[in-house]
Amino acid sequence: MVSLKKLSEKEELLAPGHRLCAGCGASIIVRQVLLAAETPVVIANATGCLEVATTIYPYTAWRVPWVHSAFENAAATIAGVETMYQLKKRKGEITRDIKFLAFGGDGGTYDIGIQALSGALERGHDILYICYNNGAYMNTGIQRSSATPKGASTTTSPAGRVIPGKKRFPKDLTAIVAAHNIPYCGQTSPSFYNDLTGKVQKALSTEGPTFLNIISPCPRGWRHETDESIAMAEEAVTSCFWPLYEVENGAWRLTGYSKQIAEGKKEKTSVIDWMKKQGRFRHLFTETRKSFLESIQEEVDREWENLKKRCGY
Amino acid sequence: MKEKGWKECLWGGLIVDAGNSVLYKTGDWRSQRPIRDEQKCTDCLQCWIMCPDAAIKVKDGKIVGIDYDYCKGCGICCKVCPFDAIEMKEEGEK
Repeated sequence: MVSLKKLSEKEELLAPGHRLCAGCGASIIVRQVLLAAETPVVIANATGCLEVATTIYPYTAWRVPWVHSAFENAAATIAGVETMYQLKKRKGEITRDIKFLAFGGDGGTYDIGIQALSGALERGHDILYICYNNGAYMNTGIQRSSATPKGASTTTSPAGRVIPGKKRFPKDLTAIVAAHNIPYCGQTSPSFYNDLTGKVQKALSTEGPTFLNIISPCPRGWRHETDESIAMAEEAVTSCFWPLYEVENGAWRLTGYSKQIAEGKKEKTSVIDWMKKQGRFRHLFTETRKSFLESIQEEVDREWENLKKRCGY
Repeated sequence: MKEKGWKECLWGGLIVDAGNSVLYKTGDWRSQRPIRDEQKCTDCLQCWIMCPDAAIKVKDGKIVGIDYDYCKGCGICCKVCPFDAIEMKEEGEK
């Protein structure tokens, strides 16, 4: 358990004045991540909302060394920086302990950056890669990505009379990353700051490649009010659409709220109720789309059962 | 800030003044203004940890105010407050 009071004594490393939208989940995530970090950090950022809106020239919101990289290579960029650091440390030119982070959105991580990410994980760099997952290419105007949930309407999977939004389920990137057999990876949500900051600290104190997949509500793309962001990221967890878990040296473990659901201490909520609150699923709430909606609930339930099994329940 | 010509820009578009985004006031985006009730507030800091714009000012573990220079008026602080100590008011409303 982190103490908010203790955290509040730390320096704010993401300065205000950045131009992310009101209610943006990414900025909440970054603030929590940077507050959790106990050593100096260097960050590489894949192209995306976060990268663009925090560094509109000649301004930057970052109070840490920060490297802009292209859409596909944030993991490769930070791997290069980390390699240089290891070399300089060996030569005695740097003595401080520094941690290396990369931020990428779901577009830059699930789709475009997956080869760089996979490569960096396999090479074993001492980095933490964080995917802030808002489930579409929000920066360029809400195009579908492989993280977009089934049924969501985006500009490249528009809902119409025939097509009910995106037809495919998102791929399970956290499991793909876990299959690299890295020492630590997991999923978390900014609504559970204890879970998030705890996992960041764990990842940063782990030697070798680590990864966190963090759900990031987007009022523009998800089509909800700006003040609903935290509630949306919370309900994603309580409905088991976005379970909180970690994989440490091959051992799968549910954490926080998700663990409590698995142990029967908390109630699992309906995914359909969560979807109802977001405009991107609005077209699904008709008589004719009822079976489609139910198929989503079934799929989420199945995935949850699978995850529970993996975690030993 | 005066915009730089290309001759004044640093190589690689480097920005050496870390965190200079504070010179850009995003507070004028706001259409709703959070008002904090000091009587109800217990300094639990939920609003602070959930604020996307670091606009909740904290000193020695206590909330000392809201930074209207940067608050975009998203209303998250009002929603997450367990004590109903923050109220959103239309800008311009008395």
